[in-house]
Amino acid sequence: MTNPDLVLGKYEVTVLSAYAAALALIVFLVVVTWLRGRVVRRQLDEVEARQGRGKHAD
Amino acid sequence: MSIWKYANPVIFMQTSGRLLRWLVPLTAVLMAVGLVWGFAFTPPEENQGSTVKIIFLHVPAAMLGINAWLMMLVASLVWLVRRHHVSALAAKAAAPIGATMTLIALITGAIWGEPMWGTWWAWDPRLTSFLILFLFYLGYLALWEAIEDPDTAADLTSVLCLVGSVFAILSRYAVNFWNQGLHQGASLTLMQKQHVADAYWYPLMISIGGFLCFFVTMVLVRTRTEIRARRLQALLARERMA
Repeated sequence: MTNPDLVLGKYEVTVLSAYAAALALIVFLVVVTWLRGRVVRRQLDEVEARQGRGKHAD
Repeated sequence: MSIWKYANPVIFMQTSGRLLRWLVPLTAVLMAVGLVWGFAFTPPEENQGSTVKIIFLHVPAAMLGINAWLMMLVASLVWLVRRHHVSALAAKAAAPIGATMTLIALITGAIWGEPMWGTWWAWDPRLTSFLILFLFYLGYLALWEAIEDPDTAADLTSVLCLVGSVFAILSRYAVNFWNQGLHQGASLTLMQKQHVADAYWYPLMISIGGFLCFFVTMVLVRTRTEIRARRLQALLARERMA
């Protein structure tokens, strides 16, 4: 049985494109944030190990 | 206990690490419930048809676009007055999130406006002030990248943040100031009875809660990265000097 609220009618493209654009931007932001965090953390671990310092506090 | 103890990077890292364990799943649940409920389980509205489903993205994104800048303003003022590095880094961390939210509000508004207003864009006070706010976000981010000394960058971006606050406030109150243009007045206010039907109200509130948690989560994650990056720079500088 089809959910009647999912029938978008003549505005189907409008609604779907708004959701697609917004979710794509959110996912992009999350991925960029995660990748940069990972790179910085790895570099910091390497430098701290090289200098014989204690790990950063977290 | 003073709030200023969180300006200590070590305490900030420990506290934010504990908070994130709760915030990440809470954000995922609230955003998923709010958006799925809004998209799949709300009826078409009489005048807008199914385009009403766009409010579950547009309204929270627009609220965050403005309020992220106001959060940056508070953090910038803390930096200028008390010189706490964590506050300057938190403002820097919030800027890409605010810019993304402002862009989402502009794009989803344009997509909604085309069938409803008959145009993608109008030089309406609220739309225009929102576009200027987005440009301020880009300028703020560019200024951080353009200046090598981090303290100088924090000073100058904080001043830019103060100036840009005018447009953040205008974005919020433009409709009230000029009372013209295509964009309707605020549907959600603290002082008035709700203008939104129950069928849309509850998923909208959950979606706003999800976006708010998303913002806090991302600010904490990005500030932690900025603190690590600052420590990395300091260690590398010490290594070069040795």
